[in-house]
Amino acid sequence: MSDRMKIFLLLLPAMSIIVVLFFGGLLIGLMRSFNYMPVIGLTEPDLSAYASVFTDREFYYSFLLTFHIAFTSTVISSILAIGAALLLRRNFIGRGVVNFLFQLNLTVPHLVGAIGILYLFSQSGSFARLAAEFGMIQRPSDFPALVFDPYAIGIILQYVWKEIPFIGVIVLANMQSIGEDYESVARSLGASKWQTFRHVLLPLIFPGVLSASVMVFAFTFGAYEIPAILGANFPAALPVLAYRKYTDVDLAARPEAMAMAIVIALLSALMIYFYVRYSRRRIRG
Amino acid sequence: MGKEPLGIRSFRVLTGAVLITWLILPLVPLAIWSFAKGWFYPDILPRNWSMRAWEYAMSDTAGVLDSLWLTIWISLVATILSILVGVPAGRALGMYKFRGKEIVELMILAPTIVPGIAVVLGIHSIFISMGLTNSVEGVILVHLIPTLPYMVLVMAGVFANYDPAFEAQARSLGASPLKTFWYITLPAIRPGIIVGGLFAFLVSWSQYILTLLIGGGRVETLPLLLFNFATSGRNDITGAIGMIYILPGIIILLLTAKHLSGRSGAVGGFGQI
Repeated sequence: MSDRMKIFLLLLPAMSIIVVLFFGGLLIGLMRSFNYMPVIGLTEPDLSAYASVFTDREFYYSFLLTFHIAFTSTVISSILAIGAALLLRRNFIGRGVVNFLFQLNLTVPHLVGAIGILYLFSQSGSFARLAAEFGMIQRPSDFPALVFDPYAIGIILQYVWKEIPFIGVIVLANMQSIGEDYESVARSLGASKWQTFRHVLLPLIFPGVLSASVMVFAFTFGAYEIPAILGANFPAALPVLAYRKYTDVDLAARPEAMAMAIVIALLSALMIYFYVRYSRRRIRG
Repeated sequence: MGKEPLGIRSFRVLTGAVLITWLILPLVPLAIWSFAKGWFYPDILPRNWSMRAWEYAMSDTAGVLDSLWLTIWISLVATILSILVGVPAGRALGMYKFRGKEIVELMILAPTIVPGIAVVLGIHSIFISMGLTNSVEGVILVHLIPTLPYMVLVMAGVFANYDPAFEAQARSLGASPLKTFWYITLPAIRPGIIVGGLFAFLVSWSQYILTLLIGGGRVETLPLLLFNFATSGRNDITGAIGMIYILPGIIILLLTAKHLSGRSGAVGGFGQI
């Protein structure tokens, strides 16, 4: 058997599944978003779903909120993850515990973290109770709204909790394979600790940080169950809004749901572009 | 490096302690709730403790155990299918250079980054006409979207460090292709299959929206049950189910801790858990 034939047969089952399910699902969603579905007699594609989505204020609120959630969570997690990785590079009492908890968090589903954040930060949650104990608040409603709130603080807290370990392990491994020689050289040439970090280590780990952050951004932009647990009713995160539209009793809302799904897909396509760009550069370097 | 000043060392221990607290914090109220009998504001800790939530979760009538077995079954089948299909694809990507390889890699990478909600709505409208909605089979099929690419990428990494010379030797000594695979290839890639399979299991285990839409609420896996109890305010039972739900992850972690460094390609999949 020729190599070409062998490669083709080895890839065939996996590629068939991915093409049919993933790309098929995307394509059907795209077609339905254009009201185009010849099988059920819709033969005239139109833009009415996009027109009603893009003229709906709720969509813009949702989009901005979701972008804010994804962007803020990604930036905060990345910065704290770099800090955590710098910490874990060194020996200190408790390093083993932090390492273990990092790995433990990787295996805990987001949903569990979301419920935990709810029990911690809601107005009758653990922190509100502590505040009451110390006489800082009189009644639960005095406690600042950190979940179901318009700024999505609870959602962001959950993502930060879950993504620091994710980005952290990747950055830490990155730092360990780079080693400390470059930094030693910079230090011996008189660079300060900050200069060494800023001009030597950071540029070296940046591609790794970026490719991990891109995955986090795409995930946090498209996740459903976390904003469904911790988010406000209005505006809802885009995936929650899309799900609501899709399961609406009014079937006419379905193409709008599909249009929102396509918006999410387009944004993640952009993320894939960045991911590939930076992970390639990392491989070459 | 010389001895560091005390200030820096204690700063490190302090931030380490903050980090440890933060990492463990969200799991604490869940664990406490599962043993609480009513835990009302403003009590810092429950006044009465009870095993009621655990008894409920473990009873035959509550459906938590049924849901647990169902979730294990779905994740197990999705994992086995991913291994069967993912190992050959990983071999092609890890061991060969061919035209169009970059496109194939991109197509496999895409499902690991594009969120489930973006594809599952389209799949749902097709699955309806195929009778696959509200069924366990349909749910297993959509779980392949996140688990399979993950398995392929892990196996591609395994095969990239694999030396096919042993296979050629076995074949030249007269072993059949099947025998060669069983005695030469499989033992060499087995650790990769086990680690990749365990993590693929966790990826399927953590799926929510794919199961909700394709299962139509009829296929009630553990995360769906957990979500329902959490949003209906049964915090004690939510706590107990939450503890049960994170158990496989902890077990898998204890089995595979040394593979969980960021250097292994396996970690990429954790973006989806």
